Amino acid sequence: MEWEVVIGLEVHAQLATQSKIFSGAATAYGAEPNTQACMIDLGLPGVLPVLNKDVVRMATKFGLSVGAKVSQRSVFARKNYFYPDLPKGYQISQYELPIVEGGQLEIQLDENTSKVIGITRAHLEEDAGKSLHEDFHGMTGIDLNRAGTPLLEIVSEPDMRSAKEAVAYLKALHSLVRYLGICDGNMQEGSFRCDANVSIRPKGQKEFGTRTETKNVNSFRFVERAINYEVDRQIDLLESGGKVMQETRLYDANKNQTRTMRSKEEANDYRYFPDPDLLPLEISSEYIEEVRKELPELPHEKRQRFQQQYALNAYDASVLVSSLDMADYFEAVVNTVGSGNKAAKLVANWVMGDLSAALNKDLLDISESPVKASQLAGLIKRIVDNTISGKIAKIIFETLWQEGGDTDSIIEKQGLKQITDTGAIEKIIDEVIASNPQQLEQYRSGKDKLFGFFVGQTMQATKGKANPQQVNELLKKKLDG
Amino acid sequence: MHTKSVAELATDLGSKKISSVELTQHFLKRIQQHDNDLNSFITVCEERALADAKAADEMRQQGKAGPLTGIPMAQKDIFCTKGIKTTCASKILSNFVAPYDATVVERCQQAGLVMLGKTNMDEFAMGSTNENSYYGAVKNPWDQTCVTGGSSGGSAAAVAAGLTPLATGTDTGGSIRQPSALCNLTGIKPTYGRVSRYGMIAYASSLDQGGPMGRSAHDIALLLQTMAGFDPKDSTSIEREVPDYPATLEAKLDGLRIGLPKEYFATGLDANVANVIDQCAKNLEKLGAKLLEIALPTTASHVPTYYVIAPAEASSNLSRYDGARYGMRCEDPKNLEDMYKRSRGEGFGAEVKRRIMVGTYALSAGYYDAYYLKAQKIRRLICDDFNNAFKEVDVILGPTYPTTAFKIGEKLQDPVSLYLADIYTIAVNLAGLPALSMPAGFNKGLPIGAQLIGNYFTEAQLLNVAHQYQQATDWHHKLAEGY
Repeated sequence: MEWEVVIGLEVHAQLATQSKIFSGAATAYGAEPNTQACMIDLGLPGVLPVLNKDVVRMATKFGLSVGAKVSQRSVFARKNYFYPDLPKGYQISQYELPIVEGGQLEIQLDENTSKVIGITRAHLEEDAGKSLHEDFHGMTGIDLNRAGTPLLEIVSEPDMRSAKEAVAYLKALHSLVRYLGICDGNMQEGSFRCDANVSIRPKGQKEFGTRTETKNVNSFRFVERAINYEVDRQIDLLESGGKVMQETRLYDANKNQTRTMRSKEEANDYRYFPDPDLLPLEISSEYIEEVRKELPELPHEKRQRFQQQYALNAYDASVLVSSLDMADYFEAVVNTVGSGNKAAKLVANWVMGDLSAALNKDLLDISESPVKASQLAGLIKRIVDNTISGKIAKIIFETLWQEGGDTDSIIEKQGLKQITDTGAIEKIIDEVIASNPQQLEQYRSGKDKLFGFFVGQTMQATKGKANPQQVNELLKKKLDG
Repeated sequence: MHTKSVAELATDLGSKKISSVELTQHFLKRIQQHDNDLNSFITVCEERALADAKAADEMRQQGKAGPLTGIPMAQKDIFCTKGIKTTCASKILSNFVAPYDATVVERCQQAGLVMLGKTNMDEFAMGSTNENSYYGAVKNPWDQTCVTGGSSGGSAAAVAAGLTPLATGTDTGGSIRQPSALCNLTGIKPTYGRVSRYGMIAYASSLDQGGPMGRSAHDIALLLQTMAGFDPKDSTSIEREVPDYPATLEAKLDGLRIGLPKEYFATGLDANVANVIDQCAKNLEKLGAKLLEIALPTTASHVPTYYVIAPAEASSNLSRYDGARYGMRCEDPKNLEDMYKRSRGEGFGAEVKRRIMVGTYALSAGYYDAYYLKAQKIRRLICDDFNNAFKEVDVILGPTYPTTAFKIGEKLQDPVSLYLADIYTIAVNLAGLPALSMPAGFNKGLPIGAQLIGNYFTEAQLLNVAHQYQQATDWHHKLAEGY
């Protein structure tokens, strides 16, 4: 049987505020346990929550950026359950009336395919604290630094049909919240977390299958793996005559598998009801318009502009805008290089190619790149003006990466300037032809493939410095001549 | 000295006839004399009171005294006090010392009031007899075999016995007004949002409101002046100017339209209480008021609506008492669940557990719509009832409680009969309105209170009506024998 995969994601984005959602305690990551938890975060008797206005602005920004309805009236509710890291015995969240309802996000799947993913809702809530099970000799330690940290929970429609689509959506969302400046996107620190709802159904069937919710997937790679694992598990189950149970599962990255956390029967009855300590959140249409004016250029807008302004194809543009840092880096290089669209495509290739590969290899973010935009621009300038060949450029890039410096002095020092003197190239070609008579004969008797051999020999003889185009032309003339 | 009004005490302090230290010593001595019998205080903070009194005297010396500087008072043990135990009369908080002051406590302190101690109450303010206290029942100074009412029973007994001139209370369904009625005091529950709830341990957040208790409208007007006002730390507190309450006490009642809800004089009301309220209405008429019969058609729904909403909120508000961070933790917990179950099982009293269970049920999946949501809808209708009434009248008059104080232990086994007796007080909380109870007469030596209900933010008017009534009557001057 052919199965169709149905995926919806719930993303918790930690809002980049200075203080918590309902108290004045700081939200900085990594502080000593319980040093960033005030009386309100501790849920002491008698304390009351006061909403941090910044979170409203951030949620509004998000809603507007995905074309959603920003509700002028939303309500905070209490989600009741007992857990030691939940000081009040309830989490303040939005339930029936969230601040953001109905939006969408376009994802680019490859050069020619894009897809629109629906966003059901986004709501504000507070994070819980952390239970520490090590170092306490059979007891549990509680760190409430994270308690009360503001979160925006973004819930997608079940619109994704593969792990690849899910990752593309997640990346697009990640990029968006960073563009908006509402979340630092740090997945290791838990600032951007994802739960995946996965089900399968026979292709063509309308009804959804029974879904499972997989929690704790904290990297793009794990999301892909966890979903693929879960899909395989569900297919195996159904094909062997079993049934998928509705349950919450936990992804174990070490074992690359998901396991049952709690079944539907074990699920809490959260007894949601409106929090009487907080009045309904009311925002005016003027406020919404004011926030709209503050919106930065969004990824999809930037992508369109890149396509138009730099004549890039949709795919290149979407890769470049996927992170604000990368987009800024690209534009900085293009602007320094100048020389129009041809250079833009070359810059795009360098940023997405050699630079990205080097960054990936050294596990660096583009903001940490040892080769700065000005240095890469200096390199590309010399390609454009034919001072160096693409091949030499790669060597220089490697030097820039390892040792720093600038392209012109590396060219100077290592004598890497491209040979464009026709006479000089001809001389070398003559030598190459003379020392390979056998190949010449074979070539001339019809073995065209050997042309590449001669190009290679010539380039080798010039240590890659000869202008490849000239080599091609001159060789052709001489060999055929 | 303890029979004087707050205004008189303030005058004596002002003229240096007496110092705050002397006054404080006097009341501390009275507490020592009488509170073994009455049990109205959970904590008496003698040292701190004397230090505060000394500071108040110094303030006066420097010419910085306000109208209440140096006046002793008591705080209901539901208000958090920095460095002094705050128990809410519960075993689960019997070891809890708050690291902060409630806004009300802070304001009282800034006004120079001297805190004598923390008064007994029904556990977590749940009850109307003050029998539901981990620290034992409070006895009514008018008859020590009788209840004081609740939940602010400790405050009521302490003021009624002259152990303090003033006390704070909180009122979620009548907890200021009902013990005031049963102990011959004047007490006001202000409009919801008028007094900050920050630091006031929550029972039912959408209904809870703090307010003053004292012997006269004038006395409590002075304390309300100190307590009321916007607090940015309480999101439900309302940013609205606080009028000068004592300033309008002397206004005449000519033309005042007083509504008498016919439902409040129907079955269930003790005939003697009915007579006293009738007489009270007639007295007000003599003072220039016009009496009108009005209808509050939702009255029959008040008790059931309250006993869904209040326990629902309580069930959630009391979740934080889990033995994890503060308060009582059971001995030797076996695991997390055991810690929760035994800490809460041993830490909460029967009535609190009853309400937590009722509330949990009302919020549960499958029952939420039928109970909580329905109750909220009726709550809106109750507001409509009052809105309609206030189109025709200025204030509403009725009984505060259907009977006088009854015997301690008499109704312990019948909580529902106690719930039903909240009939006249709880709609006010559901609607968020201000209401005042004032002494209006006696039956067999036990006090009867009359309740005045006003429109939103009409505390000044309620205090004015009560004050005018008290100028013409002397019920509020009557003191229990032996005090």
